[in-house]
Amino acid sequence: MPRSRPSLLPLAPLLTIAVLLLPVGAGLAGVLAPAFGWFPALGGTSLSLEPWRALLAWPGLPDAVWLSLTTGLGATALSLLITVMICAAWQGTRAFGVIERALSPLLSVPHAAAAFGLAFLIAPSGWIARALSPWATGWDQPPDILITQDPMGLSLMAGLVVKEVPFLLLMTLAALGQLPARRSVLLAQTMGYGRMAGWVLTVFPRLYAQIRLPVYAVLAYSCSVIDVALILGPTRPSTLAVQVLEWLSDPDLSLRFQAAAGAVLQLGLILGVLLLWRLGEMTAARLGCACIRRGHRLARDGAIRAAAMGLALIMALAVGLGILGLAVWSVAGFWTFPDLLPDQLTWRNWMRQSDGLIRIALETAVIGTVATLISVTLTIACLEAEYRHGLRQSARALWLLYLPLIVPQATFLIGLQTLAIGTGWTGAQAAVIAAHVIFVLPYVFLSLSDPWRSWDARQGLVAASLGAGADRILWRVRLPMMLRPVLVAAAVGFAVSVGQYLPTLLIGMGRVTTLTTEAVALSSGGDRRLIGVYALSQTIMPLAGFALALALPALLFRNRRGMLDRG
Amino acid sequence: MTDGLRLEHLKITLGDRRLVDLDECIAPGEILSVMGPSGSGKSTLLSVLIGRPDPGFAVAGRVLLDGRDLSGLGPQARRIGLLFQDDLLFPHLSVGENLAFALPAAIKGCAAREARIAAALEAADLRGFAGRDPATLSGGQRARVALMRCLLSAPRALLLDEPFSRLDADLRRQMRDFVFGRVRAEGIPAILVTHDLEDALAAGGKVISPLGEVRQTAKPA
Repeated sequence: MPRSRPSLLPLAPLLTIAVLLLPVGAGLAGVLAPAFGWFPALGGTSLSLEPWRALLAWPGLPDAVWLSLTTGLGATALSLLITVMICAAWQGTRAFGVIERALSPLLSVPHAAAAFGLAFLIAPSGWIARALSPWATGWDQPPDILITQDPMGLSLMAGLVVKEVPFLLLMTLAALGQLPARRSVLLAQTMGYGRMAGWVLTVFPRLYAQIRLPVYAVLAYSCSVIDVALILGPTRPSTLAVQVLEWLSDPDLSLRFQAAAGAVLQLGLILGVLLLWRLGEMTAARLGCACIRRGHRLARDGAIRAAAMGLALIMALAVGLGILGLAVWSVAGFWTFPDLLPDQLTWRNWMRQSDGLIRIALETAVIGTVATLISVTLTIACLEAEYRHGLRQSARALWLLYLPLIVPQATFLIGLQTLAIGTGWTGAQAAVIAAHVIFVLPYVFLSLSDPWRSWDARQGLVAASLGAGADRILWRVRLPMMLRPVLVAAAVGFAVSVGQYLPTLLIGMGRVTTLTTEAVALSSGGDRRLIGVYALSQTIMPLAGFALALALPALLFRNRRGMLDRG
Repeated sequence: MTDGLRLEHLKITLGDRRLVDLDECIAPGEILSVMGPSGSGKSTLLSVLIGRPDPGFAVAGRVLLDGRDLSGLGPQARRIGLLFQDDLLFPHLSVGENLAFALPAAIKGCAAREARIAAALEAADLRGFAGRDPATLSGGQRARVALMRCLLSAPRALLLDEPFSRLDADLRRQMRDFVFGRVRAEGIPAILVTHDLEDALAAGGKVISPLGEVRQTAKPA
């Protein structure tokens, strides 16, 4: 007879929701209070609108808000457009597999590293200028033009797009698995529609409903991003989020009130942009319906299909060459301007850094590993509770999962920091790990839940009929069979943790350093060799995680053909 | 105390629809065939017998195995073996490990356990297959391993859910003989669920619909 013992498993979903929601809620409270003058530790003991007056009195405000708005909306619209173009033009063909393989590795590249790589490529003294000089441009000095950090934020948008397209593409691929996409397109084609028109008119409307939340996450992220904006974004004025962070790190503590008001404004900005986007969705749906009613076949789409392929390859190439650029700079000795390669290669840049680099890399790995372990454990506990107790995930639960990805980091993390200062829980590694879990957990859950749920439940039934209890089934049957998706989800989580900038910076209070905070901190100094060393290390670490996640199951199950090509 | 599997006034309904209505007693070594088209309540019957009823179905009556009331027991406590049309061998385990998974822990000692596994493979004409990857076996071999895995867990009854429907005609006859032969040799009651009359007749027992209508009475042994 099975012994019945008290189990904590049914509580797992509740605990997970608490882990996600409490920090967001507490953080919002913690930023609202100082935004309205309440911050006892700094002498703010009465409610006032003074922080808002100070914020509104800052002359750069309209420009900063406009910049956040245009770069965020622009980057998101462009990312979605390119993703749709790629899928509409090539989904279901062999070329699509090539695009997929070229773009999916970009997912593991941290935002900051991709931004540095792009900067090294397009800067006036970057590889593109070097390749064209002096024979085409006549430059024997780097030209004095602003390419990165351009005042319109175009390079910032480019830096966001190369990272968000792979993300949206992955989300689209996952959703496409549940749609009869190829048959729909084929049907439309037999009626004379072009491949792209067929896809956009028949597949995309159903697909968009499923990738709406990821798109909102991209939108919120792009409007409030800090690390990429520090590297590629304009200065004076910078985007609102960057400006808020600047006030926050000012030695003049009274600016914290103004910073809190700015952070609340940031939240309002996101809500406004989301509303605007929603209106855009409805307009697009109208236009689509009108187009269908008129029956235009749009059959000649060869040029756009080629353009989609070109864009995908340019993005893969930009990030790939960017990373290569980081690598070359990290071992560069003397390197004069129009030369394509440095005069000599040297390990000196790495050796000089080795002590600090090893310590920081280790800290990054520890934080990432612990945050990932916690997230994977919670995720599996949730999914297992769902399986054993027959729970179903509601649409609302999915929203909860996305909440930490949609509420801007710059808003609720500032509140969390305020609370953490009040309770003295800052600068501790444990606090940073806890902050990372808020962002790692949703990604781990999103990447593991589909494969976990698609496991053939009859395997569990057979095991049970052979006398195995629920725990034995989990440990001996399900987890081994799920090893690959579990490890891939862990690698995704680890990559998310390694890439985190703001949680480490704000909750670590400068006492906890990771490869990301170090690399971004170096950006203002402009020492390219040093940036190369740190940004490359930052790229290698998540890549190593993915390599391990793919190699380990292949090694363990090398004699089990039934375990290959799964998950 | 009565040996065998007894379905005592077992009624399963979904709303107003009567899906299963059976009052049967299956003696050790006997096979009851339940036949009907898909959607006729066969799989509902199976899920109730296993102890994983689908929510929404109302179940009345009792299931007794060797005199023991199975109400409220989960699949791991019922000692009812299960064979699907897919072999469902665990892909991460070797053939021998699949069998070891089923062998009760009460059988102790490496040598004793290995001997039991070797004997089971021998009986399935698969001597020396313990170390093999299940994915490298033929369909018929995999099906035989699945049956031996099921029998090694010492079930007191057997449920066969269309176990032959994925096999081609030749293999199907062989597999039928093998499975039915093992059932009689082990002396356990079995229920065969199928939509194939030939399978049902080959089982040699009574053939009924999920609602208890008799299609064919048991052939005299």
